[in-house]
Amino acid sequence: MTTTLVPNDPQEAAVHDFTDAPTDEPAISVRGLVKSFGEVRALDGVDLEVPRGAVLALLGPNGAGKTTAVRVLTTLLEPDAGTARVVGLDVVRDARALRERIGLAGQYAAVDENLTGLGNLIMVGRLYGMRRAAARERGLELLADFELMDAAKRPAKTYSGGMRRRLDLAAALVARPPVLFLDEPTTGLDPRSRLALWETIETLKADGTTVLLTTQYLDEADRLADTIAVVDRGSVIARGTSDELKDRLGGERLEVRLADATAAPIAERALAPMSEEPPTTQDGTVSLTVRGRDGTIVEAVRRLDEAGVGVLDLGLRRPTLDDVFLSLTGHVAEAADDEEETA
Amino acid sequence: MSRLVSDTLVLSERNLSRLRTAPDLLIAFTVQPVMFVLLFAFVFGGAIQTPGYDYIDFLIPGIIVQNIAFGGFVTALGLNEDVTKGLIDRFRTLPMARAAVLAGRTLADVVTNLLSLLILLATALIIGFSFDAGAGEIVAGIGLLMLFGYAFSWVFALLGLMVSSPESANSLGFLAVFPLTFISSAFVPVESMPGGLAWFAEINPFTIVVDAMRALWLDAPAGNAVWGAVVWSLVIMAIFAPLAVRRYRLAAAR
Repeated sequence: MTTTLVPNDPQEAAVHDFTDAPTDEPAISVRGLVKSFGEVRALDGVDLEVPRGAVLALLGPNGAGKTTAVRVLTTLLEPDAGTARVVGLDVVRDARALRERIGLAGQYAAVDENLTGLGNLIMVGRLYGMRRAAARERGLELLADFELMDAAKRPAKTYSGGMRRRLDLAAALVARPPVLFLDEPTTGLDPRSRLALWETIETLKADGTTVLLTTQYLDEADRLADTIAVVDRGSVIARGTSDELKDRLGGERLEVRLADATAAPIAERALAPMSEEPPTTQDGTVSLTVRGRDGTIVEAVRRLDEAGVGVLDLGLRRPTLDDVFLSLTGHVAEAADDEEETA
Repeated sequence: MSRLVSDTLVLSERNLSRLRTAPDLLIAFTVQPVMFVLLFAFVFGGAIQTPGYDYIDFLIPGIIVQNIAFGGFVTALGLNEDVTKGLIDRFRTLPMARAAVLAGRTLADVVTNLLSLLILLATALIIGFSFDAGAGEIVAGIGLLMLFGYAFSWVFALLGLMVSSPESANSLGFLAVFPLTFISSAFVPVESMPGGLAWFAEINPFTIVVDAMRALWLDAPAGNAVWGAVVWSLVIMAIFAPLAVRRYRLAAAR
């Protein structure tokens, strides 16, 4: 940890140095952010707040506006209205100073395929204003951290998808940014690479890095995020911890796997009085929301028995984020969406 | 300002390092022009009448100008890749000089243009090209070629930013520039063309630059061709550089 980042403007850097700032200003603070592309309002009044050292997940389907939010926060796009401050710097007015303190790793791994892994990191380091030797030292350090040392001298075009993502993330970390933006960091990765990347993100968090990540995967948000903001059609429609969001649905879900799927209508009718909402059936499993009452399972078994419905399995479970998402937006989070992420 | 210079150099170096890992590009800069010189000199050479000159002497300034004009196609390819593959986003989140992305590209072209110019000149001298010029005029000619090549780098920069893929940058570039170079005095005397073509060839900037090169290197009567070539180069730059910069801003701000 001896590498020094040469600030572009030492005076400015001293004034804004986030780590020395005495304020308790949050790492990211967004108010009423609006951004339109032609007719499409990609961001329609977004408010966000991320305390220092926390991980916020923006969870939403394709086209929800997640990427647009990240692009505004990383100075790539100027908002039409609203304000956004990152480490106390305004994303529009202080864009230049802010770029010294943020890192972005995107869903399309932005590495130069013709350069080697090390060459990529040296280039990024030098564009941060580091001298060649310092950039090289930092590059080697990161390659070691990301288990890319063996491939350091190979052109990035020979890298696998997972290696590319790791290199992209390493490039985002060259200047040790206090705030890191990850736009769908694991989209398209195989399960093993995905798990490895999750562990890396957890390490970064443990080191005190503030992380804002976007994802359409509920398990990813569930595992990594302190706070989840559910985004749909350019607005944050719910926010809280994973548990808080699940609690919003209230109660638990009773799931009954039927011996004979054709008996579903009979089972639904038998169980309907137990819930305020009509039961639903999918793949031979009837499910319904039940308010936490004693004897729920006994009652369900009795009702199904009286109706003469055979049961393979029956149980209570807490709602998943899937259920939360479905009830909030009326559609499934990971549904295949023909629409391209427009922003 | 010093930041712009250092960032531009970093990116030029990055663009040039590509030549090491992409041999096909290096071939495009070295082997391909040599092949063209040999084909024209020995296949067409016997059939084309160039009063006052050996065909090789007539041909070399023309084919070098054509080659230099195409030198910028790497800028089109590279910029297009940077935009489509998201590298522009990486650059734009770095605290670097914004202008360095385009400046680094076009500066790298100057280096590759110089490289292929030297290879072409060596080939030309081997197959019998001879200067009728002093050292000053030879150097002035090289300077004019670099200026004209740099102007065309901006044409290609704009092209690379406008099209959707590196492949179409490549083919559109050829479609646009190839006829321009052929309907000029580069390979045949303009007087040998039919009326309409001859008229176009006369006002074609390629003709003006090629005539200027012949004036400098072969002591051909220049008229105003040398100044005309400098002015044309500056005009092309004055038009296409701002267009490319504007297009770059738009492409980057999506």
